[in-house]
Amino acid sequence: MNSRLKKIIGSLVLLATLVAIPHFLKFHHQDLLIFLTINVLVVASYRIVTLTGEWSLIHAVMMGVGGYTATLLFKNFDLGMWFTLPLAGGVSALIAALLCFPLFRMTQFYFLIGSFAAGEAIRLVWIQYVNPFGGTGGLSGVEPPIIGGIDFLDAIPYYYLALTVVGFCLFILYRIENSRIGLTLHAVHWKAPLAESVGVDTWRYRALAFVIGSFFVGIAGALKVHYLGTITPNQFGIGFMVFILIWVIVGGYNRFYGPIIGVVVLTVFDESIRSFAEIRPAIYGAVLIISILFLPKGLESIPAKFKAWFGIGSNSDAPPLADK
Amino acid sequence: MAVLEIKNVTKQFGGLIALNDVSFSVEEGEIRGLIGPNGAGKSTMFKNIAGFYTPTDGSVIYRGQNIAGKSPHAIAEMGIVRTFQETTLFQELTVFENALVGSHITAKTDLFSAILGLDKAKQTAANEKVMEVLDFMGLSDRKDQLASELPLGSQRALAISIALVSEPRLMLMDEPFAGMNPEETNHMMDLTCKVRESGITIILVEHDMKAVMGLCHYLTVLNFGQLLAEGTPEEIRNNERVIEAYLGGAN
Ligand SMILES: Nc1ncnc2c1ncn2[C@@H]1O[C@H](COP(=O)(O)OP(=O)(O)OP(=O)(O)O)[C@@H](O)[C@H]1O
Ligand SMILES: [Mg+2]
Repeated sequence: MNSRLKKIIGSLVLLATLVAIPHFLKFHHQDLLIFLTINVLVVASYRIVTLTGEWSLIHAVMMGVGGYTATLLFKNFDLGMWFTLPLAGGVSALIAALLCFPLFRMTQFYFLIGSFAAGEAIRLVWIQYVNPFGGTGGLSGVEPPIIGGIDFLDAIPYYYLALTVVGFCLFILYRIENSRIGLTLHAVHWKAPLAESVGVDTWRYRALAFVIGSFFVGIAGALKVHYLGTITPNQFGIGFMVFILIWVIVGGYNRFYGPIIGVVVLTVFDESIRSFAEIRPAIYGAVLIISILFLPKGLESIPAKFKAWFGIGSNSDAPPLADK
Repeated sequence: MAVLEIKNVTKQFGGLIALNDVSFSVEEGEIRGLIGPNGAGKSTMFKNIAGFYTPTDGSVIYRGQNIAGKSPHAIAEMGIVRTFQETTLFQELTVFENALVGSHITAKTDLFSAILGLDKAKQTAANEKVMEVLDFMGLSDRKDQLASELPLGSQRALAISIALVSEPRLMLMDEPFAGMNPEETNHMMDLTCKVRESGITIILVEHDMKAVMGLCHYLTVLNFGQLLAEGTPEEIRNNERVIEAYLGGAN
């Protein structure tokens, strides 16, 4: 009863904060807030891929697939955002489904390399086929929608739009993770042979997680291009992929909200050291190493650590199936 | 009627012949002991039956159908579930969640039902089945503990619970008594009897002779990948070749 009330109040405070935030920011920071919101969906969707224990290097490219899909649909068929978003997700999911056949013959290190190679192949297609993908220069001229007289080109309305879409997607991802499917994905990760022995088709579940993750990151790609207006193959290269990995690892990947904390904290941190222009990468790198050394379970584990230090709560280090 | 017929099964690993032209069959409702010295090929036989290995030659006939070469999950769907020689559990999950994974075949769901919560009835039924099995195996008061925190005896019981929740018709148990103290062994023997009484055919691989002799109706003995002897526990106990094989293995 009490904890329920706490939860409701907590959610309301969070919501109010999210709604209020952009009004206290400078224009440049409003931009950043939108990209952060989109990146939250990027890491949350990556998490579902990692649930089965396979870390792919193609997630960034899948975001690009969504972005290019939205761009081409917008430019060629004049489709509005309500169509380009789900279709972008759909195309990403479809391509992921096709890639499952070669990729999931591999596991672990080979899967990692295989997914990287597949991603680079897709990027090469964007670069090589100037028509329709625009080559290295990419494409531009995508616009956000105008709904009911509100021009979403403005940062604040677009932020609310992105927040709504991302919130909805997170809700679905959370539901999936806490459902029977989430349990099975965990089982596939921890002991695939045991899962197989009671009838789990582990291949299908690895594939399912990959397809779901790609669907949602495809939507994130579409959200990004509708705001940014341009898209290039370089936005989705290994550089961005490394950032996704860093956010997830630093945040911690044992819980649903770990990667989200990671991307929020590191983005704010990165922005706050902007004034140290030359040594910024060095500071960033140092923080990474320190956090991996001292917080191997990620930022998410800090509350549990505090509790352990002060002797409250017993097995707080137990990796939970999901936060209930 | 034979539930399971092993026909001329051979399994080679490169040059090593782990199973050499082995044939035997198992009747509905029995507890069959599959015994033999270390390295005889018992676990390899289980893996061939359960789909983890494909026999190099020969067939595995389950209720009239050749299942050799099918995938483990397909074979599990047909009602054959194995337990593992090494204690194999989801260490990171609770006892309840471990057993719940066992209900995959009946409780699996599609994406939309999962998101919209349309599979409630199915999941409730699965939860009930899990509690029933945990009660049966004496684990219900430990249901919220992590699997890794259980003592060995309970870990084995949990491994069997996972298999039981999947409602198998044929269960392959690989050394469920290994490392148990006499008290745990007695308890596990009772449980195994109860499992059979609930209508499940069992093939038991075990080195603990007290358990094997006490539980099994009929024994099949393997040695160096070959069928050495078959018979009732009494017959096997007095079989010269079996005694020799075991003594030879002890040297
Ligand atoms: N995957 C494998 N690759 C190569 N050789 C294997 C493999 N699995 C088993 N073997 C070999 O096959 C033979 C039979 O092994 P198996 O595990 O079936 O014996 P077992 O009867 O279960 O023995 P134990 O009582 O010790 O469990 C052994 O010589 C083993 O080394
Ligand atoms: Mg063995």
